[in-house]
Amino acid sequence: MENLRYELSTTKPAGGTRAVGLVGVVASGNLEVLLERGEAPDRCVIDIATPAHGFAALWQAVTADFAVRMAAGGLRITINDGGARPDTVALRLAQGVHLMEKPE
Amino acid sequence: MRPANILSSLFPAGHDVTEAGGLLGGSGRLDPQTPVDVVGISGKTYPGVDEALALAGRILSIADRPDAAPLLFLVDSGSQRMSRRDELMGLSETLAHLAKALWRAEQAGHRTIGLLYGGSAAGAFIATALACGSLVALPGAWPEVMDLPSMARVTKLSLDVLTEKAAGTPVFAPGLDNLFATGAIAEIWDPDQPLCDQLKALLATTRDDDGRAGWGLERGGRVKAAAIAREVQRLALAHG
Amino acid sequence: MTSPSPTRHSWYEESARGRLAHLLDPGSFTEFLGPERREFSPHLGLFNLPHQLDDGIIVGTGRLDGRPVLVAAQEGRFMGGAIGEVHGAKLTGLLRAARQMKRDVVILFDTGGVRLQEANAGELAISEIIRATLDARAEGVRVVGLLGGRAGCYGGGSLIAGCCSALVISEQGRLSVSGPEVIETNKGVEEFDSRDRALVWRTMGGKHRYLIGGVDLFVDDDVAAFRAGAVAALERPATLDQAVLTAEQARLERRLARFGDAADGTEVWARLGVAHPAGVPDLDTSAFLTIATRKREGADAAR
Repeated sequence: MENLRYELSTTKPAGGTRAVGLVGVVASGNLEVLLERGEAPDRCVIDIATPAHGFAALWQAVTADFAVRMAAGGLRITINDGGARPDTVALRLAQGVHLMEKPE
Repeated sequence: MRPANILSSLFPAGHDVTEAGGLLGGSGRLDPQTPVDVVGISGKTYPGVDEALALAGRILSIADRPDAAPLLFLVDSGSQRMSRRDELMGLSETLAHLAKALWRAEQAGHRTIGLLYGGSAAGAFIATALACGSLVALPGAWPEVMDLPSMARVTKLSLDVLTEKAAGTPVFAPGLDNLFATGAIAEIWDPDQPLCDQLKALLATTRDDDGRAGWGLERGGRVKAAAIAREVQRLALAHG
Repeated sequence: MTSPSPTRHSWYEESARGRLAHLLDPGSFTEFLGPERREFSPHLGLFNLPHQLDDGIIVGTGRLDGRPVLVAAQEGRFMGGAIGEVHGAKLTGLLRAARQMKRDVVILFDTGGVRLQEANAGELAISEIIRATLDARAEGVRVVGLLGGRAGCYGGGSLIAGCCSALVISEQGRLSVSGPEVIETNKGVEEFDSRDRALVWRTMGGKHRYLIGGVDLFVDDDVAAFRAGAVAALERPATLDQAVLTAEQARLERRLARFGDAADGTEVWARLGVAHPAGVPDLDTSAFLTIATRKREGADAAR
């Protein structure tokens, strides 16, 4: 397994009040994304565990783009990857942020 | 040890256990005051619907008797029989029924003791040896959930790689020591000592709730199960 | 429960969390040891396999039509819903609580059985789950199983299902010990051709299981239908005593005497008196139930 961590500066704090959110499952071509609060509002930390080695550059690009585009400030995100493509990763991250905005 | 030697070591006062179609049945006496019912599966038989039902029927009639004689289940089986007919007839129901019959006998006051002296695997292992209130084994017993070559096929890892991984953990590879470490087996008996004394000693202990996860923790083969089960139970009770 | 609704929402296609959300009364669910607690399998890293934070099972409590229940849902997409040490222990703990609380349990099965990468721990967990299930039932607790997931209900999972007080199945639900691939691998394609999907349904699918009395309720592959089925199953008796097991023994012996030499599911259904057995797989739920309720072998609570 390869473990990656990205500590990103964000522009918008995450919305909503939900403490924890989970989207996706760990399956082939899929991933689970756990979202928790607890970081500074201008920061987002993403921990990734993936069985596919050697894709750090791709993960860096996807997560950097996410931090710029989505309201992810204050979130601590944990990703368990089942070998997802970058577009699936981006989709799940966006779903996760939307879930955190919804009332429980 | 072979069934005949096991039975004579268990029952010096004699027994009438017979074998037919891979199943054992009868009774013996640990001493003149202590009769023991015996059922069993022998000769690496793969239990299907017929065998499971025959065993369950015997066990249920023992459970129905008013006495509290212990019930010894000798096990040397394969895995469950793998066939279209057995699945068509509902093998899952039948094996579950066998496990329920053993549970019922224990409830009705008969200590149920599995004695694993040969093989057992997969669903057959769950419905026979593991469904007894207490499980003991003799050296040379070979329990397995799935053999390593089959596991290699499914996991797409080479047999060498699996064998190497198995050396570092008891959690997945077949064998008595591994199953013992995970807490499946209460005791491994000494074949050089009279088995009747070892059975008497076991019967002298009280059996209470399922303590197998605790053994797995003590023996280092299954270190999380006990705490996880306890924590879920605690959370559920706290929630109300 | 019998008529397909225009807004049908597949149970089979849903995730475990999605199924729970539709099964329980809105907003009533509380999870125990959820993903944020990070109690995942410690054994998968050895195989360079990713873990899932809930280890493929969600356990908790909620309300079903106003009635408090404990629930467990397996996620069939994570490692085929296979049962490992943590996954199994979560279910064991839930069932032990059920016994103490005398609270009914609903299990949403979706499992291929033991997880091979932690086979010994998984096998033992299944044995512990079975004992906890039976101990709970001895206290009158109902343990209802729902069978309609993508991984089916195989291996040790099928033995757990066999210990439930009532089972609800859809056509897509498959219930058997050895799966088609396992039989084919061990006994050859002549014994079982796992690519023959029609054969799979006729041998272990929901309609066959309902017709022979292996399950109690047959529902559409629809989340609302499963909810209605679970509510109905919770009304069924859960007694587990000598009389029930003696009746189950007689029921299973009668099945073998009546059908034991049948070569195929269709032959079993013909002996039940189904007029056009070959057409059974094509019947929709309501047409199937019209025939099945008159012709099937019931379990009559002998379970």
